Parts: sequence; C-alpha cells; structure tokens
Amino acid sequence: MSLYSLQKFLYELNRDEAVQKQCRDDMDALLEKFDLTDEEQTALRDGDIGLLYVLGVNGQILMHFAAFLGIEWFDYLELMRQGIRQHGPVRAGVYAMTGGGDSFTEEDSR
Amino acid sequence: MSLVYAGVLSHAPGITGRADLVKNTARRDEFYGKLDQQRREIEATGAEALIVMAAEHFANFFMNNMPAFCIGFGEKYSGPIEDPDWLGIPKTDVPGAPDLGRRLTREIMQTVDVAYAEEWKFDHGIMVPLHFLTPKYDMPIIPVNINCQGPPLTPLHRAWAFGEAIRRACDSVPEKIALVGTGGISHWPATPDSGKINEAWDRDFLDRLMRNDKQALLDYTDEETYRDGGQGGFEIRTYIATAAAAAGQGELQFYTPELPIFAVGCTVARFSLE
Repeated sequence: MSLYSLQKFLYELNRDEAVQKQCRDDMDALLEKFDLTDEEQTALRDGDIGLLYVLGVNGQILMHFAAFLGIEWFDYLELMRQGIRQHGPVRAGVYAMTGGGDSFTEEDSR
Repeated sequence: MSLVYAGVLSHAPGITGRADLVKNTARRDEFYGKLDQQRREIEATGAEALIVMAAEHFANFFMNNMPAFCIGFGEKYSGPIEDPDWLGIPKTDVPGAPDLGRRLTREIMQTVDVAYAEEWKFDHGIMVPLHFLTPKYDMPIIPVNINCQGPPLTPLHRAWAFGEAIRRACDSVPEKIALVGTGGISHWPATPDSGKINEAWDRDFLDRLMRNDKQALLDYTDEETYRDGGQGGFEIRTYIATAAAAAGQGELQFYTPELPIFAVGCTVARFSLE
C-alpha cells in the first residue's frame, strides 16, 4: 500500500508546472522519486483514471490530473465508472461512488 | 475600520469551466447575475481587501503538513493551478495584502492556532469566486483555508471560533475588509455521482445558516454530513465560519439545485454584521 505516495506524486504534478514538464519529458525519472508499487506506476504512466479512482486517490487530486491529461468531462466520469466495473468498489478515502453509477447530470445525454 | 461585508458563494469548477454545457441557461445566467450583484455589493462597501475563506483542494496543503487553518500574507499569488482551458479562467497573478494579513493573523492567534503562508497557489476554490467578485484581479486578497479535505477535518466548533477570531481581528484594524466564505453544501464532486444534490439537506442547512443559529449549525457530525451531504458537504465549515464572523442574520439571495452540471447547489448569500 502506498496510496500516500501515489497521491503525493499527483499533488506535486498538479500544482507545479516544472513537474508537469518533467512528466511529459521523462516520466520514468519522475516516478523513481516516489515509493510506488508496479501497479501504481503503470496506472500513472497509462493515465488510468479508473484504476487510480478505485485505488482511492482523493477525487479532487484525480480530477485535476484528468484535466491535466485533457480528458473531457463526461469521459472522465465514465472512466471512473469503468474503473469500478473492472476493479470493484473504491478501496480507500471518502470519494466512493454512492449509487449504481447512473448519471446525475441531465447534460450527460449519452 | 472593520469588517464591512460578509457573504458566501459556491466555487465549483464547473461554474466557469462547464458554462457551455449547461442546458438551463436561464437559471445559469440568473446565478451569474447574483454573483455580479455580490461583486457590486462588496465594491459599494469600499472594501480595501477581500478575505476569501476557502476549502482548498490540494493546491498547497497535503497530508505531510495539513493545517486546520491557514492564512496567507504573500505579496502576490498565482492561479489557477488547473488547466486554464478546463477551468475557463486564464492563469493570472493576484495581489496580496501582506501587512494587513500579518496584523490580522497576530490578532487571530490570540484565540485560535493558525498556520500562515507567504506562498499560496490558488485553485478553483478561490479562482472561481475571484473571477466573479474581482474580475480585474485588482483587489488585494487574503486567502484563508479551513481543512475540509484531509481527515481528520477541522471540527465545526473550531471553525466557528475561527470565524469569531477573524471578526475580532478585522474590527481591530483601520482598513475596511470584506469576507466571503466559499464552499459547497451537499455535493459529490469528483466522483461518478457528480451532479447529485440533496436539496432537502441543503435547504435545511441554509435555513440554519440564514438564522445564524450557532447551536443548529454545529449540530452535524462528519458521519451525518458524509451520509447526507457527501464529502463535498464537509465544506460547510467555510459557511459556518463566515456566519460566526458576521454574527447577524443571513439573506439567501440565490439557491438552485437545477444546475447539476456545476455539481453543486449554487448559492449566493450575505449576512448582516452585528
């Protein structure tokens, strides 16, 4: 378990343009600085929003990461739902899904 | 001089970032109009600085050193940390009020232990309010944070005490100061449930808030809030602290659950100062 390190990585990335540049230029070197499991490293490298959500990354931290990756709003919400379908319920933290994954947003007409 | 204005408003990133996705554009524009009215009311007080009491989202504070309360007195700030296109707000610098912030902090510290910061990056929790309230980013800002994100959270009764300390501090300096608390009531942001709003819970909270009923406002456990208002409901701390600072009754100027794309019941209110 290194959820703390996983979130710390994203916290540093979200708030610091220099880290963002390093992320784009040399992700592996950046990942080396954090105590992460192989699964977490892969999730970060792949921008796997669904798995990161299920692992318990704080929703605000994850939302900012999704924005950094340029993921559109409704795609971001759907990726979290897909993560739950694939990996099961959120494992830690207070950002668990409360319902069955239905949209609460009328604008999400897909 | 003293505190000259106290009010509250929502800050969800969708308010600016997802404006184009709104279906109920009439309600959206009514909301924007109320925010602009809040700007005019603050300007009419002659306020020389604006305290934004926010519930930040890991732009500055992390679980390696999480303050229950923090006050900023930097020379200037920058924001948003988020992708500007995503938030719909360009990156900008915002002036601080370092001397005033220090004096306020000295007085607040007489009763509440606070952290302070001369560096502070603004996320949507402050940038969205500033976008509407100081659109030219020319008002000196004093950012204030209450921990609503990283449990254990700041207890509600301590948020109340903090609000009272802010009021006492503002009334001890010659400057005219405006205060806004910004947060959500019930909401489940940054989850697949984004857009879920518990209107009944919101309206009950707003009733307590507008009556400025201390006992009723402090009568929530975090477990109850999480169940009924979601993790976003933890941000009631900023509204409660603002009510404590104002001490007077509130006037609800706008509330609607009809803009779920903004992921929060959109709220604008002001308090009388007593």
